[in-house]
Amino acid sequence: MNKPVLDIIGKTKLELGPAEKQNFGNWWLGRDDDNVAWAIVDKKNARANTLSQDVLADLEKVLDALETSLPKALMIRSAKSGGFIAGADIGEFRQVTDPAQVEERLRKGHAILDRLEALSCPTIAVVHGYALGGGFELALACDHRVAVTGASFGFPEVRLGLHPGLGGTFRLTELIDPIEAMTMMLTGKTAHTQKAKSLGIVEVITEERHVRAAIAALVKKRPGGRSRGLKAMAFNLETARQLAARQMSAKVEEKAPREHYPAPHELIDIWVEHGHNRKKMQEAEINSFARLLLSDTAQNLIRVFFLREKLKANSGGKSSVAHVHVVGAGTMGAEIAAVCAMKGLTVSLSDPDHQALGRAVKKAGKIASDAHLSGIQVRDVLDRLMPDPKQYGLARADLVIEAAPEKVELKKELLASIEARAPGHAIIATNTSSLELPELVSALRAPERFAGLHFFNPVSKLELVEVVSHPGSSAKTLADLNAFVGAIDHLAVPVKSYPGFLVNRILTPYLLEAAILLEEGHEPELIDRVAQEFGMAMGPLEVADRVGLDICLHVAKSLRDNLDTPVADIPAKLKEKVDAGHLGEKTGRGIYKWKDGKPEKSGVGGEAPEYMEDRLILPMLNAAVECLREKVVSDSDTLDAAMIFASGFAPFLGGPIHYAKTRGTDYVIETLTTLEDVYGPRFKPDEGWKELGK
Amino acid sequence: MTERPVYIVDGSRTPFIKARSGPGPFTPVDLAVQCGRPLLARQPVKPDAYDQVILGCVNVIADEMNPARVAALRLGMGEQMVAFTVQINCGSGMQSIDTAYRYIREGSADLILAGGAEALSHSPLVLRQGAVEWYAELAKAKSPFSIAGQMSRLRADYFKPVIGLERGLTDPITELNMGQTAEILAHRFNITREDADAYAVASHHRLAHAQEEGWLDGEVESAFDREGNVYEADDGVRPKNDMASLAKLKPAFEKPYGKVTPGNSSQITDGASWVILASEEAVQRHGLTPKAVIRDSEWSALDPSVMGLGPVLCSTRMMARHGLQREDIDLWELNEAFAAQVLACLSAWEDEEFCREILGLEKPFGRIDHERLNVDGGAISLGHPVGTSGNRIVLHLVNAMARLGRNRGIATECIGGGLGGAMLVEMVQ
Repeated sequence: MNKPVLDIIGKTKLELGPAEKQNFGNWWLGRDDDNVAWAIVDKKNARANTLSQDVLADLEKVLDALETSLPKALMIRSAKSGGFIAGADIGEFRQVTDPAQVEERLRKGHAILDRLEALSCPTIAVVHGYALGGGFELALACDHRVAVTGASFGFPEVRLGLHPGLGGTFRLTELIDPIEAMTMMLTGKTAHTQKAKSLGIVEVITEERHVRAAIAALVKKRPGGRSRGLKAMAFNLETARQLAARQMSAKVEEKAPREHYPAPHELIDIWVEHGHNRKKMQEAEINSFARLLLSDTAQNLIRVFFLREKLKANSGGKSSVAHVHVVGAGTMGAEIAAVCAMKGLTVSLSDPDHQALGRAVKKAGKIASDAHLSGIQVRDVLDRLMPDPKQYGLARADLVIEAAPEKVELKKELLASIEARAPGHAIIATNTSSLELPELVSALRAPERFAGLHFFNPVSKLELVEVVSHPGSSAKTLADLNAFVGAIDHLAVPVKSYPGFLVNRILTPYLLEAAILLEEGHEPELIDRVAQEFGMAMGPLEVADRVGLDICLHVAKSLRDNLDTPVADIPAKLKEKVDAGHLGEKTGRGIYKWKDGKPEKSGVGGEAPEYMEDRLILPMLNAAVECLREKVVSDSDTLDAAMIFASGFAPFLGGPIHYAKTRGTDYVIETLTTLEDVYGPRFKPDEGWKELGK
Repeated sequence: MTERPVYIVDGSRTPFIKARSGPGPFTPVDLAVQCGRPLLARQPVKPDAYDQVILGCVNVIADEMNPARVAALRLGMGEQMVAFTVQINCGSGMQSIDTAYRYIREGSADLILAGGAEALSHSPLVLRQGAVEWYAELAKAKSPFSIAGQMSRLRADYFKPVIGLERGLTDPITELNMGQTAEILAHRFNITREDADAYAVASHHRLAHAQEEGWLDGEVESAFDREGNVYEADDGVRPKNDMASLAKLKPAFEKPYGKVTPGNSSQITDGASWVILASEEAVQRHGLTPKAVIRDSEWSALDPSVMGLGPVLCSTRMMARHGLQREDIDLWELNEAFAAQVLACLSAWEDEEFCREILGLEKPFGRIDHERLNVDGGAISLGHPVGTSGNRIVLHLVNAMARLGRNRGIATECIGGGLGGAMLVEMVQ
């Protein structure tokens, strides 16, 4: 068969005008017949552009050349096919320790963008793909912005515990409705092409094939300088800003309390105080950014960013999985199928209950629409996801994921029948959270093709997947599974089969301790609040209700039965609730009553007694150390990442092991010993602490 | 030129879903995708290894021009899949098979997916001609004065929509509704209301029995809509129908004396069906298991006002070509457009004058045994998605012969506009 036509003629060629290749280091510069200068950013030895110091330094040289002989207009764009500029080089953020040095670098950068802004010819940024952080700020320093369809703009700094630091704070609030500008900076959400147009970030949207014509038209139409929005005028009064800020602060505090995440709050302060005075705002932005960058929060969040990159790299490699067959259309199976179909894989989903298959189709449609897929994209996702009551897809599958209920005998029976019908090359994976693989492996004739894939609920939101090995799984099987997880844009963490694997092993003692505190008579609202004040994304009792108390009970029991280390007795109340069918969110009642997907909490639960936080948090650290000692996971960085991405462990604290080290391992051991004396052997410090303390 | 054998390898269809109020859950292509996916998945050959896709569809909706191609792409058959749509009204689903059969027979293709798809519940509302002209004038009007003038010429009845389906079921040459053509046949061949109702009752009972026995498993694949609803079986079947309940229905087309009622007519229904056709070479290369071989096909034409007799003409001519007698045909699928129309066909075959003058037979063809005819019900109980039915009767003929151990069968249908189509199929032993 011939190649698809687009393999040959489909590659989009970027319109790069007359610029000569890298005649200015990381930049190209050239002029066309109309004396329009084309400055192209093309960072050396990199797949994507970042606004690193060398890129900024070369921009300065470009500006020198332009100021010497002013062109009719200046056009700036990227030579990388993926996008404009992805933001600052975050790696550079990790090496600094001296606030003065940070300030100096920032001032240098500001001076360069100020010079660009001050050029007396019209300046146009043409953006394809993403323009994030510093990239967006460079575009904002131009007079006009042209978006190639698909372009997106955003300030993700807040996710790193920062706010924009290269003039974004004042340039965006000047250009568009300041409330919208602040929202973008406070949430880190990107504005896609159409949204960017309606917000006033870009003036023109065009296709790549019309870029040259669009620039020519823009130069002709607006020979003068910049055009600025007028909405900022309304907020020239500090009182107006104060009023607006009050609402913003309240909203931000809910998601990111000032104590844990100061950056967005500082950003609001800067705007309220200096929103009418660009010079002062610029100064405040520089000061605040330098301070924030060196804070523990930002440094920990930056570390988390790199941990994520590391997990991504682990999940790399080309996946050979084109067809996935999922057995079981329950919550997990349905979401796994939907996510795979969204990522372009052919999926068949089987279940003896046809109504469950129907619900899975509906859910897949919802997940796809919620992910902002267009109408035709949602249609394609649903076309790729075939409900398969008769298991036709099994014979075609490259990977079979068994996601049946957690019953050993049922799973063994299913695995044997899957192996009998699946093609010889297919990998067979089980999605289980509480069964150990060696229990299941006897059902298979070829254990080397078998491993665990532990997804977290909801699969469409939680990226982490534990790739669980057993002594017989082959290296190829595990590598293929890592690549598959990467291909569906999730993060693979290789773990050894162990009671609870990694994440549940660490999380369960925390949930159990919360249940014990409840049994002791504390209000659930208090227990959850204490955990959240520590920095957990969600309180443990709310988590338990969401996961399902029956599942928590099952995992807890299996840990008690299978671990050598002591696990708490299972509180009677928890058992009672499960026996009564109050399983949490899914039954409308568990520890809390649930309405519209939210628990009904009353009040804050009163004063926290001494040790409540430690009783909740330290068992997690202790179990984490045990997992390292048992080599359930390869290293402590991966462990920290897994806990942050799968369980919402306070990201600004950098994960359980990082937190333990920050707090001091001696101190943690001491506190655990005290707790052991008072509350029993479940707090006994793990032997692994000695190793970690070294 | 030697003619190559053409095999029917497999096929499947959606449940036929009765049109209720408003558009149903699936468009024609949605339906084609719903039953095409499991069919393609259960074959050992990859979806992009087919040579062509041919689909019959009468009421193509505006979003799905050339539904065959849209379906092929949505089924993941690859950008290089040639696909086209055929239309011969109620015979479209068989025309797709016939076209594929001829391509494979002559050697220009080896593996073709041929189907039919129809969503009658999606038939559009059509603007009246007067309204169309009024809109055109309004579009031309530029000055406020001329716009106002045109506005004043607007008539209330312009907004009274014409239901496209109603027009589609009316013959444009004679202005007779399809039901009226059945009334004509009932009159000419002395079919009584009781005869027609009895035939309809049997159709429902046969389908209900076939469903109960699981005889449609594999032929009918469940469909799943976006709202999470599951469609597992033809939902027009009414197992409790009896003579008394049908007797209560009023004539649908010629009130008050007509004999054709909603109860003894085919139902307005959505559904799709596919059949996989292969050459000997494709069977070998892909390791396929052929079920049947197509021996021949035939199309005939007659006056549109008696279109219901189409099957008699084309089937008889095709059989004569092979020297086949009535008893040589083990099983018949004769599409049940109307009970009176099916019964009129049977009567015509018994009518000496008709057989001699029209069919050129020396003696009457004879009565086809009801035990050999539409043994698992038909369009009266299943519904008649017009572009699909011709495909379904070929598919079901093969499946029914396999179940009953019969060898030779004919699938045939009458076609609005005055046509008939027939296909002669033999089982692979």
